Amino acid sequence: MTPDHIEESGCQHASRRRFLKQSAAAAAIALAPGAVVKAAEKGLDETAAGYFEKAKLQITVNGTSHELSVEPRVTLLDLLRETLHLTGTKKGCDWGQCGACTVHIDGQRALSCLSLAVMQQGKQITTIEGLSTGETLHPMQEAFIRHDGFQCGYCTPGQIMSAVACVREGHAGSATEIREYMSGNICRCGAYPNIVDAIMDVKKTGGTL
Amino acid sequence: MIPFDYARPSTAKAAIDAVVRDKSARFIAGGSNLVDLMKRGVMTPEKIIDINALPLRGIARTGKTIRIRALTLNSAVAADPVITERLPLLAQALKAGASPQIRNMATVGGNLMQRTRCPYFYDTALPCNKRAPGSGCSALNGYNRMHAIIGFSESCIAVNPSDMNVALAALDATVIVQGPKGERHIPIADFHRLPGNTPQLDTNLQRDELITAVEIPDAPGFATTSLYTKVRDRASYAFALVSVAAALHIENGSIRDARLAMGGIAHKPWRLRRTEDYIRRQQPSIRLFNNAALADLKEARGHGHNNFKLVLAPNTIAQTLRTLAGLA
Repeated sequence: MTPDHIEESGCQHASRRRFLKQSAAAAAIALAPGAVVKAAEKGLDETAAGYFEKAKLQITVNGTSHELSVEPRVTLLDLLRETLHLTGTKKGCDWGQCGACTVHIDGQRALSCLSLAVMQQGKQITTIEGLSTGETLHPMQEAFIRHDGFQCGYCTPGQIMSAVACVREGHAGSATEIREYMSGNICRCGAYPNIVDAIMDVKKTGGTL
Repeated sequence: MIPFDYARPSTAKAAIDAVVRDKSARFIAGGSNLVDLMKRGVMTPEKIIDINALPLRGIARTGKTIRIRALTLNSAVAADPVITERLPLLAQALKAGASPQIRNMATVGGNLMQRTRCPYFYDTALPCNKRAPGSGCSALNGYNRMHAIIGFSESCIAVNPSDMNVALAALDATVIVQGPKGERHIPIADFHRLPGNTPQLDTNLQRDELITAVEIPDAPGFATTSLYTKVRDRASYAFALVSVAAALHIENGSIRDARLAMGGIAHKPWRLRRTEDYIRRQQPSIRLFNNAALADLKEARGHGHNNFKLVLAPNTIAQTLRTLAGLA
């Protein structure tokens, strides 16, 4: 089956899927050893993916505008890490349960792992790399260091992005409120008390974040 | 994630036409549930229709109803002054759901369409009648601590995970949908379905219909005396074991009217009409509430791990009513 053949069939979406299924089945029969089948399927999967249209995307990340062409299945998280090489934003669960991938989209905190990049047309994204100014850390970053708000550090970029939003939203009025409004960021090292202290400290100091 | 195509129409008509034309196409709004399900291979649309360019945002008070358009974010609804003043029950339920990040992504229309969090529905290696009709229910004899105690069938014992839906059920909301043949108004009680032998269908929304708004009667009598109680395994960011949305209209020491619905116990938000009837025109008392709390749960039955809900459910109803009436 060639790409031309698929386009001729008229109903593009159905034939794309059929191509994938038939090709994978054919490969499985022809190449018996498991590893070979896996490799072949992966190869075919990539070939098949090529038939799905890439979409144009204009996105601004940390003040820099990017004109990109993306596959619709790419998440904002993968775009940031794999395409733009901004690896500060972390992939924890990748299922919207841990908050490690938290970024700001048009100033609002959101989970980049559950956001499709293609849906962010024209949006302004801020990641942990966009918080500091040159060598000068953001006040929230300073506070996390001062209060020892982490141990392994993997959840920290998400915690800090969420913490900045928490204060900006006006949800850092008390330790109880901070705990409620930081509940979307899991820390398996259990640095929670120090994270709450860091946020309270920034809130108390005031100033614009 | 398997590959798929993407389109972003700018009118509701174009969006509806797109799903009519393509049987494997699905709408996407916030994506906080659908993207997760697509990553795991539970849902595999070949095309997604991004409806975010449609003019479906905002909240308006018109006469005796409050209209929330479908793309309004959960966080925006929870913080809106019209909602916090006139429908605080809805604001409370929304704030009890998910996390701040997810509430910034999730829409009202999407929340109505949220799928169950039954772990067997998510695990494509195991049978599930909701995901693969006819394959069997793994939860029935599996680990069913989170599952339904009422309204379930042998096909499915999953529960609806939404907090917002419970408040909407108590508040007599109407879901407004648009399809190829025009607009349709669906009372919230008829929007979600019981599993029966078609658990693959969560709602009565047709495949080619788009939710455009939710309308809620503006009932000021309930505004000051309403409460959403959510019982869960951790203090925040967890799905409900059970939850109760309650609004009482108390006048001259007597309960003039009551609206009650429960979450975490069934495949749809469970309106507690018998409990409402039991306490209407009565004077609030602990005894009244304890008895009333059992009225809608006579048919309830556990599946082993979730037997605790048979006690937790009435206790949560009674405690919510006591708190509202100042008897706690």
